[in-house]
Amino acid sequence: MEKETIDSLIAEHPFFKGLSDRYVKLIAGCGSNVRFNAGQYLCREGEEADRFYAIRHGKVGVEVFVPQRGPVTVQTVSEGELVGWSWLFPPYRWQFDARALEIVRATSFDGACLRKKCDEDPAMGYELMKRLAQVISHRLEATRLQLLDVYGPSSSRS
Amino acid sequence: MPRVFKVRKTRRELRDTVTLELDPTEGLPLTFQAGQFNMLYVFGVGEVPISISGNPMEPAPLTHTVRAVGAVSAAISGLKRQEVVGIRGPFGLGWPLEEALGKDVMIIAGGIGMAPLRPAVCQIMAQRERYGRVTLLVGARTPDDLLYSAELQKWRARFDLEVLVTVDSASNGWRGHVGVVTTLIAHARFEPAETVAMVCGPEVMMRFSVAELRRRGVESENIYLSMERNMKCAVGFCGHCQFGPTFVCKDGPVFNHSRIEPFLKVREV
Repeated sequence: MEKETIDSLIAEHPFFKGLSDRYVKLIAGCGSNVRFNAGQYLCREGEEADRFYAIRHGKVGVEVFVPQRGPVTVQTVSEGELVGWSWLFPPYRWQFDARALEIVRATSFDGACLRKKCDEDPAMGYELMKRLAQVISHRLEATRLQLLDVYGPSSSRS
Repeated sequence: MPRVFKVRKTRRELRDTVTLELDPTEGLPLTFQAGQFNMLYVFGVGEVPISISGNPMEPAPLTHTVRAVGAVSAAISGLKRQEVVGIRGPFGLGWPLEEALGKDVMIIAGGIGMAPLRPAVCQIMAQRERYGRVTLLVGARTPDDLLYSAELQKWRARFDLEVLVTVDSASNGWRGHVGVVTTLIAHARFEPAETVAMVCGPEVMMRFSVAELRRRGVESENIYLSMERNMKCAVGFCGHCQFGPTFVCKDGPVFNHSRIEPFLKVREV
């Protein structure tokens, strides 16, 4: 029952949309449903990045802890988006904190399980990597724009 | 010749931004179209173009939101009640509110770019039944830099307008989105083929917004941008605001993206 639910949840999530049933079933085998209350952490910087999350509901703040300033939110991630790609690359450690800003419902995927399945089925692995690369590329583009500080003092739009 | 207007009221919006409500010392109120601008003349200081930020359905008082970035805009921002300012205008072409009738409307405002878009939002909300889904996406530097925040909250409470707000950077305590305004487009509900988009903000923000809108399937012909150049005469004679083969003051400031796309890529223009 749980498995069926995860299959259908995965198929509906924008990140997995359009994947073949076979891939969805394979990926679902590594997934589980999770829920976080506001304030709970999905991951903490420096800890082992053994999973990633496909957000189905709610908003997550990606934070960096700055000494003498406390946690600073650098980005929010919400419904239809992903949290985490540190599970993909050694040393598999989270680079940021991710904290639920409200009740968050997500599908959590076991990184080691998914990496193993990607290695066993390179075609599926390639498809997943293409999708992840697109997510990473969009985030990079947004970050570059953020770095430009376009609304700063030099902007004279009136 | 400028008409003389008297300051009825001033309201500090942000640390460096003020809204002025103005009444003519004589004659009728100034009627205008959403997206047009006036030349504001501070006697003895100089003249600058400023977008009209009031409701076109209620043209009095004349409303301008001004960010102090230079000598003239700083002088305008410092005007007190009963002081006077010269007004020439309104000038230019405004937002395509007629073309958008019956369609979904996506309004994307970055920073002070909300000021020229506010009249469009007011007019659309006054004639709400004439449009499809209406979405307002607002981006600012920090939560303290959100223009018209009280009004945004009121609009957010409406069931017939989707308002999404994001900031580029926030400290603890902000519960809203963090990230650039383009990231909100993915969260908005709209039918790309039936959407008219109106975008105003720093040029680089508009460029990235257009790229994201195009990626989502909105046609270039249905995207409108409000451009900013150094406008002086405001009637297309002096050439200060030349943008490719157009003059921003006379042919804009609101342009259809498909018309100006080639010039947006030319670095010296």
